[in-house]
Amino acid sequence: MPEIKVTPLGAGQDVGRSCILVSIGGKNIMLDCGMHMGFNDDRRFPDFSYITQNGRLTEFLDCVIISHFHLDHCGALPFMSEMVGYDGPIYMTHPTKAICPILLEDFRKITVDKKGETNFFTSQMIKDCMKKVVPLNLHQTVQVDDELEIKAYYAGHVLGAAMVHIKVGSESVVYTGDYNMTPDRHLGAAWIDKCRPDMLISESTYATTIRDSKRCRERDFLKKVHESIERGGKVLIPVFALGRAQELCILLETFWERMNLKAPIYFSTGLTEKANHYYKLFITWTNQKIRKTFVQRNMFEFKHIKPFDRSYADNPGPMVVFATPGMLHAGQSLQIFKKWAGNEKNMVIMPGYCVQGTIGHKILNGQRKLEMEGRATLDVKLQVEYMSFSAHADAKGIMQLIRMAEPRNMLLVHGEAAKMEFLKGKIEQEFSIDCYMPANGETTTVTTNPSVPVDISLNLLKREMALGGPLPDPKKPRAMHGTLIMKENSLKLVSSEQALKELGLNEHQLRFTCRVQLQDPHSDNDTLHRIYTHLKSVLKGYTIQHLPDGTVMVESIVIKVSSSAEDANTKVLLLSWSYQDEDLGSFLSTLLKKGLPSGLC
Amino acid sequence: MKLYCLSGHPTLPCNVLKFKSTTIMLDCGLDTTSVLNFLPLPLVHSPRLSKLPGWVSKDGTLNLEKKELLDLSTIDVILISNYHCMMALPYITEHTGFTGTVYATEPTLQIGRLLMEELVNFMERVPKAQSATCWKNKEIQRMLPGPLKDAVEVWTWKRCYSMQEVNSALSKVQLVGYSQKVELFGAVQVSPLSSGYSLGSSNWIIQSHYEKVSYVSGSSLLTTHPQPMDQSSLKNSDVLILTGLTQMPTANPDGMLGEFCSNLAMTIRAGGNVLVPCYSSGVIYDLLECLYQFIESANLGTTPFYFISPVANSSLEFSQIFAEWLCHNKQSKVYLPEPPFPHAELIQTNKLKHYPSIHGDFSSEFRQPCVVFTGHPSLRFGDVVHFMELWGKSSLNTIIFTEPDFSYLDALAPYQPLAMKCVYCPIDTRLNFHQVSKLLKEVQPLHVVCPEQYTQPPLTQSHRSDLMLELQPPPMPYRRCSVLNLPFRRCYERVYILPELANSLVPSEIKPGVSLATVSAVLHSKDNKHTLQVSVLPPSKKRKRVMEEPPVVLAPKPLLSGAVPLDAFLATLQKHGITEVKVEETADGHILHLQAEDTLIQLEEDGTHIVCDNNEPLRTTLRDLVLRFLQKL
Repeated sequence: MPEIKVTPLGAGQDVGRSCILVSIGGKNIMLDCGMHMGFNDDRRFPDFSYITQNGRLTEFLDCVIISHFHLDHCGALPFMSEMVGYDGPIYMTHPTKAICPILLEDFRKITVDKKGETNFFTSQMIKDCMKKVVPLNLHQTVQVDDELEIKAYYAGHVLGAAMVHIKVGSESVVYTGDYNMTPDRHLGAAWIDKCRPDMLISESTYATTIRDSKRCRERDFLKKVHESIERGGKVLIPVFALGRAQELCILLETFWERMNLKAPIYFSTGLTEKANHYYKLFITWTNQKIRKTFVQRNMFEFKHIKPFDRSYADNPGPMVVFATPGMLHAGQSLQIFKKWAGNEKNMVIMPGYCVQGTIGHKILNGQRKLEMEGRATLDVKLQVEYMSFSAHADAKGIMQLIRMAEPRNMLLVHGEAAKMEFLKGKIEQEFSIDCYMPANGETTTVTTNPSVPVDISLNLLKREMALGGPLPDPKKPRAMHGTLIMKENSLKLVSSEQALKELGLNEHQLRFTCRVQLQDPHSDNDTLHRIYTHLKSVLKGYTIQHLPDGTVMVESIVIKVSSSAEDANTKVLLLSWSYQDEDLGSFLSTLLKKGLPSGLC
Repeated sequence: MKLYCLSGHPTLPCNVLKFKSTTIMLDCGLDTTSVLNFLPLPLVHSPRLSKLPGWVSKDGTLNLEKKELLDLSTIDVILISNYHCMMALPYITEHTGFTGTVYATEPTLQIGRLLMEELVNFMERVPKAQSATCWKNKEIQRMLPGPLKDAVEVWTWKRCYSMQEVNSALSKVQLVGYSQKVELFGAVQVSPLSSGYSLGSSNWIIQSHYEKVSYVSGSSLLTTHPQPMDQSSLKNSDVLILTGLTQMPTANPDGMLGEFCSNLAMTIRAGGNVLVPCYSSGVIYDLLECLYQFIESANLGTTPFYFISPVANSSLEFSQIFAEWLCHNKQSKVYLPEPPFPHAELIQTNKLKHYPSIHGDFSSEFRQPCVVFTGHPSLRFGDVVHFMELWGKSSLNTIIFTEPDFSYLDALAPYQPLAMKCVYCPIDTRLNFHQVSKLLKEVQPLHVVCPEQYTQPPLTQSHRSDLMLELQPPPMPYRRCSVLNLPFRRCYERVYILPELANSLVPSEIKPGVSLATVSAVLHSKDNKHTLQVSVLPPSKKRKRVMEEPPVVLAPKPLLSGAVPLDAFLATLQKHGITEVKVEETADGHILHLQAEDTLIQLEEDGTHIVCDNNEPLRTTLRDLVLRFLQKL
């Protein structure tokens, strides 16, 4: 039996360092290659030694597919391809290909330049890694090799996020990456067609959340910013240059416009313009509203949001500043934070996850006194708010996707074990399909039952469809007969006659002849006619013909009559049939032996 | 498989392919050359034009002999290859009872929409008090002045569609990406391939499991802005339908581009204005890119460039967001991130300005000498009409024709006498004959179908035998209204054997490497997908008096093959207690006489005949013994 094997190296009953190995139809595919934000040691990256102990991965993997640019999905890519060693194709969408190297470089800088780690990938490695990337278009069927094909679907989660459909022969797997089933401020909703994969591998971050409360969170966020501005405070929002930043900018921009607010919004320089530019150039990946109106009004050209200058931080009055990096561990965001931390009117909003050891992490944990370099301490008086803006499908969304794709099996990754357990139960109950949730390093195997594609001769098919009538009759299933010829790699189903011809075999005719004696005082011709009438009444639904040459044909069975030499009243019936009519022939000979009923004319 | 050819225009094709019970329309180009028969539609009242005798009418013809050739409401899908070839879409989707789907790529849809919008806008902003239709009557048409008098089938000329019809037509478009496989009713798979001609332009593969038709329409091998042409996927086609070759086989696009630049520079230096009648998308992007590099070196840094069209802004903006559909060079610019086309910079530095029309801002900001890009290239409508009136009388000015769709002499006719210089630099990047024969050699289709124009040299250059297709076997030419029977013999169809049935099959090896298995199964056909599954027979009633009822034929016996060897058969008979056998040799074999049973068995190479009276048990025994030696099929 063919099997599909799935082994998470990361994101198995966990969030972070997504990396899932799939074996399907003899092909090995790595789905995502992410890093874990929560670790600083070896556990940061997936354990590639699972694939092979010694050396390069190229010969063990047919391709690597990256679903989107978040570091927990692509952060280990240069490590895997350049340091462990992989030279095969890496597939990702155009926006992911554009943005991913920037985030990787950012990540590298933080780790190496700020934390001073060695034995990490270099800028050159990121570049070399990106050279192996093959861009994917939505819905394009990419033939990785003769047998393996992949197709990307829109996933909504971030700009360029994709779900992938992986197919080998008639077996298939869908991997969702992170996705979002409801359109948000700048992106559309995930969509997939009814592709009926053997396995659907889905994220389950919000496995137990029933309603995505993103709208509420947005309202909350705006309310907090607004209140702070009203009382004359300054709001700092540490962000990474790409992704969430643009979403929050759109959010504030529209809010400012609606409320007619005058307080300035700044975006720390550097990446800003550039980042917004990516969104402008990849506008086809955003939601319908933005796409429709971009000529008149490009949502990523912000009217209220202006570039930030260091000197502005000391300006009096309220303001909102987006500053990089997102975890307050260095750079401009940290500088501004230091300046503003002492005033309780001010506020810092952390819109994303913060790694342990960063100031962001510390203040989120309630620390109010921070030790800075040079023994100085900093009193944190400003308000600290945390707000998650990640766009994931909730339980309802996950169920909706299952309904869309109609998978035969389900596998959950990228979530917490307890929550997965809950969702697993729900899925199994509602869809009656098996649902798996392997831990890291644990292999799930499902057997598939592919049907066998065969070439059927059109003659045979047409004949069969004509006989079967326009509509199938469940009460009277018609059996079709043919011969399957297996030659090399081809399977051909043809009619038996054609099979004989094609293989150059001679047909062997097996015939039976049977003489039946009958007492019937009539002329030969009359007897024949009486037989004809008799058979007509007995055999309903058969073709019976009385031929002028003195024979009766029942289907292809021939019946002849002659008088016995001794007695003119004793007739000798000659029945002759071929093996193909065996059942009928045998029946007729027995029937006629019993004589003809007297009432015949 | 049949091909109905509804258009005779080789670059604006409209064919309908009937393939495996699906009806597929390939493109629906709008042949607008008929507008040349009309006077220009001026934006500003022109005493000169209105004094000219003649007829003015709205645009457009789509010469389809719908009713006679084919019922257009039966069309299942329309495949669009590029935005120039979809301009007749509203006529088909809105007025024929069409209920199918249109497939096109996103750039094709968006830019196609812009071009239609522009056309409608050009027509609607110069409304006419009355429109004449009586002249289309044959009797009246005969009395009209030429060349209108000689125009054929004017009754098929139609009024331009409205924006509402455009929107309704385009709402039927389903977007597809390159190499996306689209299933049509489970019977046919279609898939667009990059054709390299314009943004999102595509060739189409139409195939089933066994047959493959390639539709090549408007392809280019030159490196301009679109993604390069995908040639390898066209391989192994049974039939290749070839349309949309270059209309200017003798004009080299690069040379024309050079001539364009030098003429432009010369005119500006002499203090004249340059008018470039063009479509709002396509070659204009390449022209602007070329000028971007040329401006500085030619010292034209201060010359204003104007692009005037109701969709100028949209066209320039849209061109920048289709990174996926661009050539590699432009794609890598997006990764930086920079706009893929340099016209963004021209706009930023105020060298290029775009206006929706000559009214409004343009009239106040307009400076001369300048370069104006505007439509329509036929010079019959659009803002270009105004510039012809404005600049035609001065020999300082130049009009440079770059679009190859219209004869420039015909286009200029109503403006004669004209003092302005005319330069004809048609830029057509589509395949030329040399490229196409190389391509065909590469992809080796079994048959090629093409417009008849491609099978002979152009009328004006009848000695140029290099300007035609010469192939072996010769291409099948079509003309308008022909119906071609494509040389196809379908022999096989795909059927799926369900696992349960597959497991129950017993293959036996007939020859080395060839195995056979008899299959008896129930065929299910749904949505053109066929599956075979184990036949579950209704439980047969135990009949006591079996012979009373005739047998129900459920399974006809298989065919037999092979021969019955005499000695082995005799040995078998012996084993079953039949010992008294008299063997008689005949011409073709042997006759076995079972004396005790009074039964004859005739054994021959290709047949066995059992003559047995009144002994059914014996007959069946003999039957089974014979069957042991034979293969069942």
